[in-house]
Amino acid sequence: MVPLSCYLVLSGILFVCGVLGFLIKRNIITIFMSIELMLNGVNLSFVAFAAQWHALSGQVFVFFVMVVAAAEAAVGLAIIIAVYRTRETLNVDRVNLLKL
Amino acid sequence: MTPQNLSPLLCTIPLLPLAGAAINGFFGRQSSKKAISAVALAFCGLAFFVAVLIAANFSSASAPYSFPLAHWIRSGSFSVDFDFYLDQLSLVMLLVVTGVGFLIHIYSVGYMWDDDGYYRFMSYLNLFMFFMLTLVLAKNYLVMFIGWEGVGLASYLLIGFWFTKDSAAAAGKKAFIVNRIGDFGFLIALFLMIKHFGSLDFTHVFAAVGVLSPEPGGAGTLTAIGLLLMVGAAGKSAQIPLYVWLPDAMEGPTPVSALIHAATMVTAGVYMVARSSAIFERAPMALMVVAIIGTLTALFAATIGIAQTDIKKVLAYSTISQLGYMFMACGVGAFSAGIFHLMTHAFFKGLLFLAAGSVIHGVGGEQDMRKMGGLRTYMPWTFATMGIATLAIAGIPPFAGFWSKDEILWKAYGASPVYWLIGVVTAFITSFYMFRLMYMTFGGEYRGAAGQEAHGHDAHGHDDHGHGHGTPHESPWVMLGPLVVLAALSVVGGFVGYGNHFEHFLAPVFHVGDVIAPETSPEAADRMLEHLLMGVSISVAGLGWLLAYLLYSRRPQLPARIAAGLGGLYQAVVNKYYVDELYALLFIQPVIDGSTTILWHGVDQGVIDASVNESAHAAREVSDSVRHMQSGNLRSYAGWVAAGGAVVIAYMVWMGVR
Repeated sequence: MVPLSCYLVLSGILFVCGVLGFLIKRNIITIFMSIELMLNGVNLSFVAFAAQWHALSGQVFVFFVMVVAAAEAAVGLAIIIAVYRTRETLNVDRVNLLKL
Repeated sequence: MTPQNLSPLLCTIPLLPLAGAAINGFFGRQSSKKAISAVALAFCGLAFFVAVLIAANFSSASAPYSFPLAHWIRSGSFSVDFDFYLDQLSLVMLLVVTGVGFLIHIYSVGYMWDDDGYYRFMSYLNLFMFFMLTLVLAKNYLVMFIGWEGVGLASYLLIGFWFTKDSAAAAGKKAFIVNRIGDFGFLIALFLMIKHFGSLDFTHVFAAVGVLSPEPGGAGTLTAIGLLLMVGAAGKSAQIPLYVWLPDAMEGPTPVSALIHAATMVTAGVYMVARSSAIFERAPMALMVVAIIGTLTALFAATIGIAQTDIKKVLAYSTISQLGYMFMACGVGAFSAGIFHLMTHAFFKGLLFLAAGSVIHGVGGEQDMRKMGGLRTYMPWTFATMGIATLAIAGIPPFAGFWSKDEILWKAYGASPVYWLIGVVTAFITSFYMFRLMYMTFGGEYRGAAGQEAHGHDAHGHDDHGHGHGTPHESPWVMLGPLVVLAALSVVGGFVGYGNHFEHFLAPVFHVGDVIAPETSPEAADRMLEHLLMGVSISVAGLGWLLAYLLYSRRPQLPARIAAGLGGLYQAVVNKYYVDELYALLFIQPVIDGSTTILWHGVDQGVIDASVNESAHAAREVSDSVRHMQSGNLRSYAGWVAAGGAVVIAYMVWMGVR
């Protein structure tokens, strides 16, 4: 049995990786992936607690998060494609104006 | 009309002039001068008419009358109402105020006709009448205080009537501020009364006081109340040490000087002290202070009057001196003698001021007596009436001033010969400076710049009227009429005191009896003494006249040489004993310095302004340092969010560990 703390440390590491990626990277797709990483870091902690305390609500919540993340990915990727078509770049520093 | 139902008429007397003031004040700007005069005179005259009506039906048997107009303050057992009250004392004041006031209203029509602020002037005069009548007819001290403050306001407005002139505006302020000092004392006295008697109503207070016995020595509530009331009276009636405002008040138009600063308002202090006789009679120490202040003021102001060259300033110091007599009378317990002198003084001093106004009018705004002279031939009516007033104030029988002044001196002698002696010396000086004024103004040759255009061109430089003057001329009849009436009163006014009629009439008001004043029983020895003292006062009046005649008519060069011989003393008198300078040094300058360094630079700039400025400055400093956070860079914001989240988590973890 792997102790709960290991899951939580891994979850923390994943979350911090996501945060750092979000802050440092300039490519929108990478930023997007960092967000997913953060979500999944949180998911990991949810399921870890759910397994520990034998409570199903944590697992259910993870499904919700996954659904939202999937919807987000669909919308997000569509926006990214639209952005790339109009501006021919995915560098966020160049995409700081809503108006062209 | 029966004497019993006079009461409802009482409230109309003050309200009539108030209506006049309101009409002229609100609509006067658009009205013609004739309409303004009609309104002002009608309402004032009507008040006089009602007063006469009341006097005609007055009956001592059913006095005092009172009329409750409205409730004002109801707080637990304490209540103050707008009640009017009429007894013998108020009746005398009522007739003097409305009568003399009405005459001066008529005079003002002639005197102020050419002034741009005519409607304003008439409105203020009516307003003054309202407040003065409120003061006189009040049934309790608080309503009296309303009138008291109101006449101060009217006085301020009228002294500063020509407010574009700096000295007039300053004189108005000075009068108001000096009066505040007195009012402060008055107010504290009222608080003491509320605390100890639970009421401000005359009847209640005097009934409560009536059962007390005189306070021995100089301690006690009644003494404190008496002294504080005297502080108020000293402010309003221009007694030492608060007299300094009255000479400056001569900056106002001359009818104002006559009405407010001679005949009526300044006597309010005497009236108040006389009204409070029940309190004063049980506070011998306070009464003594009243007598001493009155006596000293009488002498002090009279000596200043000798050396003044401005005709109105002479009369102003004379007024202060005469008010001193009245307080001397009150101080020795002869309240009715004080009120008697108040009445005759209103006649002859009102007349003197109006005649002086006529002179000033006639010579085109000049007030310096050294530039007058010889006016006897130019303005015979003014000369005749002013001569009568001078005889009256000097105490030459049978004119009004003789009777009242002699009454005071006789009562003063009974209290202490010292009062009498100072009073007689003052009578001598009074006679001297008044006849000096007469000789300088009317005697000799005209010394003014006749035929030159030097007069009356600095707009409102003095009481001028903007039209150039060649030779002096007599005033119109609208001005002379009041002079003649007042002259007649100055002749016969004294006879009401003959055989102590006046004193007996007022006796119910001072019902406690003159505990301190000696009983003037008609014993032979007393009669002898009274006649002897009378002879002395007549002869000093004659001596004063003689001296003035010698110095200013026979040998006009002599006064200058005597003045030079006296040197420093003369300079001190000319400069009014440097009292204004002394006050400036002792009180005004420290206040200004303290306000400048401590309140202005210290508190206002150092604390209030500084706290506002510093908080704004601090906000700017903080903003300057943190504004870099708002860079517009999305990821830096995210970074701040992450950092903030990290801090919160770290805090929670730390709390959890602990």
